[in-house]
Amino acid sequence: MNVIKPTRVRRSRAFVTVFLKEVRENLRDRRTLISAFVTGPLLTPLIFVMLISVSIHRQLDKAEQPLKVPVIGAQYAPNLIDALKAGGIVPQPAIADPEKAVREQEADLVLRLSAEYPKAWRQGEPVQVEMIYDSSQRDAGGSVDRVNQLVQSYARQQGVMRLVARGLSPGTAWPVQVARRDQATAESRAVLLFNMLPYLFVLTIFIGGMYLAIDLTAGERERQSLEPLFANPVPRWKILLGKLAAICAFSTASLLICLLAFSLVGRFLPTDKLGMEINLGWHFAANVLLLQWPMIVLLAALQSLVAAFAKSYREAQTYLSLLMMLPILPSIMLMVMPIKPQEWMYAVPLLGQHLGIIDLLRGTGVAPMHMLLCLAGTAAAALVAVAIGMQLYRSERLAISG
Amino acid sequence: MIEVKDLHKAFGDVRAVDGVGFTARDGEITGLLGPNGAGKTTTLRMLYTLMTPDRGQVLVDGIDAAVDPLAVRRRLGVLPDARGLYKRLTARENIDYFARLQGLPDDEVRERREALVQALDMGDIADRRTEGFSQGQRVKTAIARALIHDPGNVILDEPTNGLDVMATRALRQFMLKLRAEGRCVLFSSHIMQEVGALCDRIVVIARGRVVADETPDALRAQTGEANLEDAFVKIIGSDEGLAA
Repeated sequence: MNVIKPTRVRRSRAFVTVFLKEVRENLRDRRTLISAFVTGPLLTPLIFVMLISVSIHRQLDKAEQPLKVPVIGAQYAPNLIDALKAGGIVPQPAIADPEKAVREQEADLVLRLSAEYPKAWRQGEPVQVEMIYDSSQRDAGGSVDRVNQLVQSYARQQGVMRLVARGLSPGTAWPVQVARRDQATAESRAVLLFNMLPYLFVLTIFIGGMYLAIDLTAGERERQSLEPLFANPVPRWKILLGKLAAICAFSTASLLICLLAFSLVGRFLPTDKLGMEINLGWHFAANVLLLQWPMIVLLAALQSLVAAFAKSYREAQTYLSLLMMLPILPSIMLMVMPIKPQEWMYAVPLLGQHLGIIDLLRGTGVAPMHMLLCLAGTAAAALVAVAIGMQLYRSERLAISG
Repeated sequence: MIEVKDLHKAFGDVRAVDGVGFTARDGEITGLLGPNGAGKTTTLRMLYTLMTPDRGQVLVDGIDAAVDPLAVRRRLGVLPDARGLYKRLTARENIDYFARLQGLPDDEVRERREALVQALDMGDIADRRTEGFSQGQRVKTAIARALIHDPGNVILDEPTNGLDVMATRALRQFMLKLRAEGRCVLFSSHIMQEVGALCDRIVVIARGRVVADETPDALRAQTGEANLEDAFVKIIGSDEGLAA
């Protein structure tokens, strides 16, 4: 120290130095760690799977569970009752005032057979089966449809037997028949349920990088460490790039954990019971990662920009939670007005990722042209955001806390 | 050596620095004295290129700060007014971070860092995270990281601010040591006693201008006051914002 050496021009690896320091420092922050590696990436898959499981189970339950239906006059039509029993209906004893019972939601529906039933049946005349129900009741619909279908198919079956007994072809009674040809594949049915998935991924990226973005600009200024940092012989844009890289590293890790969680948890989803097929495995994860990487950079740059404008840590937090609302727009837009995806939409950041992930879920895969549009569009936006950030970092006021 | 020529800087209508010029020589301690709000911090910020002057020139070892700011920063060790540390890093890690940003090779980092840790007597705190450091411990760490690259010129903005008596004494000793090593030491203060005790040369700033640039003895002679404090008050025209 006693001799002042002429200062050599040294090669500084500022980018790597800043990146490593920010990563190391933030790995020591419990709040950042929990939000980037636990709550952010794991909470969304959990909530998602819970919601889907609940909705699937509800539908399955309704279809399979025995349905208790009070029947008035069950003794007049033992064959019909047997057919209903075979369809999972459990006939209950008659009740005095079926209309009142239905109105007061004591029963979803009540069947009433008149005393004329056996006589009319024996004479081969049409008989009436009354279904008493209240269609304004939310839960009754499924039960009503189920009983209705059972009665109809019993009726058809009996009708066929009567025609055959009279030597007629059953076809004479049903000149027109509807044949349903549903073009939905098992995967495309699943898409309806999984429409929120693209937003959840973006949200995960956002939360993964958020605390870093705040800490690295607004936080560093608030703690008064930005000014000494800028006194080092390093261009500010290199410092910014190092910081952005650190934000990206955290948000990428977040997304990876999230994808891993989805691929594990996706196996336990009973989607096949609903005739759906959903593949959240490695192929899906790799494609999502590819689709999202420019988005990771774009979000990191946007978060840093917003945080740099804020006067304090708290203010940055407020602004960023507002910015968090932005990525939900494409999902909501496509949900309320289901427009046909156009080519150009893939080039729009967020929208492109949304459409791409839906394509993946649909099982068709992302067309190379669409993938290219999506990557190029978002990468261009990311470049602009980074360039604006670099410009902002040159401003004098940025470093000054007082 | 630091040469400052006719610096101007305005924020809106406020002329924070309005024609400041002086020279701080190697092997000397130059004190920038002035009341609060006189423009000391703004002047220093233009020296270490955090701010760009509206007019005027800064030369560090003959290098123009406007032409090659990176080379200027390489020749400066700076303790700014803002001296925040990274609280989740240890003192050593804080120092190492700046060493790497200066581009020092690893072996040199180790050698310099340990020399500074010893010189600043901070061996007992070097491996502690800086969260919860006292003001004195923080200043020591900030000085160590500012000097890690062995700069020929040292700028200290109000270095003794918030320090207790013992820490202040230690810091003054350290500044004398820097001078003995042949460095150019420039520091700002609003404490007259401190400036009088340490400086080879005193630059008095008031309302954004240099109102005196002399040795302490010359100042006394110039004003005809035997006491430095009275001399300052006479030069500045009021005792507002000065501390004894």
